[in-house]
Amino acid sequence: MYGDTSIQKPIEIAEPTSEEQARLEEIFQQKIDDNIKIEPQEWMPDAYRKTLVRQMSQHAHSEVIGMQPEGNWLSRAPSLRRKVILLAKIQDEGGHGLYIYSAAETLGTTRAKMIEQLQTGKAKYSSIFNYPALSWADMGTIGWLVDGAAITNQVALSRGSYGPYSRAMIRICKEESFHQRQGYELLLTLSRGSDEQKEMLQESVNRFWWPSLMMFGPNDADSPHSAQSMKWKIKKKSNDQLRQEFIDATVPQAEFLGITLPDPDLKWNEERGHYDYGQIDWEEFGNVINGNGPCNKQRVAAHLKAHEEGAWVREAAGAYAEKQQKKQVA
Amino acid sequence: MTELSKQDALVHYAAQIGDNGLIIGHRMAEWCFRAPSIEMEMALMNCALDMIGQSRELYSYAAEAEGAGKTEDDFAYRRDEKDFRNNLLTEVPNGDWGDTIVRLFFMSAYNKLFYAALAGSSDSQLAAIGAKSLKEVTYHLRFSSEWLIRLGDGTEESHERAQKSVDSLWTYTGELFTMTDAENRLLKDGISVDVAALKADWNEIIEQVLKQATLTVPADGWAQTGGKAEGIHTEYFGYIIADMQYMQRRYPGCEW
Amino acid sequence: MTEQAKEQEWPLWEVFIRSKAGLDHKHCGSVHASDSEMAMEAARDVYTRRSEGISIWVVPSNAITASKPEDKESLFEPADDKIYRHPTFYDIPKGAGKM
Repeated sequence: MYGDTSIQKPIEIAEPTSEEQARLEEIFQQKIDDNIKIEPQEWMPDAYRKTLVRQMSQHAHSEVIGMQPEGNWLSRAPSLRRKVILLAKIQDEGGHGLYIYSAAETLGTTRAKMIEQLQTGKAKYSSIFNYPALSWADMGTIGWLVDGAAITNQVALSRGSYGPYSRAMIRICKEESFHQRQGYELLLTLSRGSDEQKEMLQESVNRFWWPSLMMFGPNDADSPHSAQSMKWKIKKKSNDQLRQEFIDATVPQAEFLGITLPDPDLKWNEERGHYDYGQIDWEEFGNVINGNGPCNKQRVAAHLKAHEEGAWVREAAGAYAEKQQKKQVA
Repeated sequence: MTELSKQDALVHYAAQIGDNGLIIGHRMAEWCFRAPSIEMEMALMNCALDMIGQSRELYSYAAEAEGAGKTEDDFAYRRDEKDFRNNLLTEVPNGDWGDTIVRLFFMSAYNKLFYAALAGSSDSQLAAIGAKSLKEVTYHLRFSSEWLIRLGDGTEESHERAQKSVDSLWTYTGELFTMTDAENRLLKDGISVDVAALKADWNEIIEQVLKQATLTVPADGWAQTGGKAEGIHTEYFGYIIADMQYMQRRYPGCEW
Repeated sequence: MTEQAKEQEWPLWEVFIRSKAGLDHKHCGSVHASDSEMAMEAARDVYTRRSEGISIWVVPSNAITASKPEDKESLFEPADDKIYRHPTFYDIPKGAGKM
């Protein structure tokens, strides 16, 4: 998911070094167990802080990098209504990135530092945005599947233990429900359109289905250190749980659209009360996460270019503010 | 040449104002994921949404005035380059942040005066669009003025860049104050805005902000014109249309 | 990366929004901006996209003094047993009318 960090090296959890430390940890865990939110200045284990910073920065980066594939179609939106919807949606993503950066900054990191880590490849973002947006139908598919997958997770995150993150997620969830709906509505229009439009729809879903499932991260068996995140209520549900919820909700929507999902093993399992699904290509996932996706280099390069080209502008505003301050003092 | 009918003039007029909104809005939206900070990105996208929103209302009104069953999208997507009557200033490329801010500033200063006047139009729909748009462009003017002041009075580099932007875009500002046949035709009924009469107030805004930005106002020289009166555009414009209309041209007659 | 390291990040501002007349300003997040005017505009562009506000305050984050979490017990718990400050502490017979 946007903030699923189970693909990365686990953050080490140090044993308490003193009795006092052990006592603090116990109080901390009690608060978490009692569903009392943790707020910025309060004592927290170092690993909790680090895990959160990593997860939140990855989440924020995902929102910001996620603007690129959709931004790629802004100029070509086929109606003025669609153009403003897409523009407003992409703008929301920028906003969501900003809300989460803000929340992460309460933990003592800076946005500049997080952005530097993104640009140097130290920080990750969701693998999904390393896939290209190649057709107009992708604007619908991204809303329906990608935002749909994100919402599944974000609703859980809004009940997470860290106050500022949880509050940001509540705001984001409120804004985000329009994202999925506009995407689905776009696809519905295609599904009722010409043969070419229907083909465009099916082709897009074929490309995005599996990468959307990969967004939830590795199978539970392969993400051992997410247990600690669950205990801290940074993560509320496991990868496989969320993936299953998403699939169960999505299959009927696909049927309603009159499309096939590209998985021959996908079928209802009466006994489990869930859909069974086929094997995810984890080799592809690993490659896309580690820089070999179709758009990894292009995405980071575009971010870096904007950042560098904006340096003189940011400096100018800073210099002006300094001059004004000096004038006031004088 | 026979005089335009009032109805034809009204269709032309509403569409022409709409063209300005759509084309500059389209340009602003090109800043998506390219701005110097997320906050600035959000601001430009707000501007773009306002501008495209204005064009939608104006196109819808043009369609209604024409009475031929067209929609806003017929105006945006099913006309050729020559049919667009936007000011050239709206279509030139974004350039750097300085160019974009200067264009936005020139255009918003004009729009503020223009929409304030349009709000007094004898045509009630245009007056309503004018009143609503005025609030939006007032913020665009504030945003672009504040930025221009910071660029002009920021660092040595930003000062130089901002002055260069002012100088290079100045040639497109003269066209803002030229009158088309449609504007002249509607003027006597109190429907259109006498844009030629806005020039003095516009100059005042420009001079005041540029002064605060420690920038020099260029001397009025030869003005580039053609977009507004005849649909003769810059070379850049064809690419906007090719890009924007790609889907409608590739898949004619589809619903999206 | 040297260029970036050299560049100083714009200061952080906390944003407070009054959602409608009669209500308090409420904290809703933060923005980075070079000065107060820019912070005001950024707050408007980021936090009021869905008509969430009619008034904005922006405050430099470093101008806020916050109470320390470890002082919580001594600052706030002493109020807990002063139940006589609350109107429900007092029994007034029904016959006395609304009070």
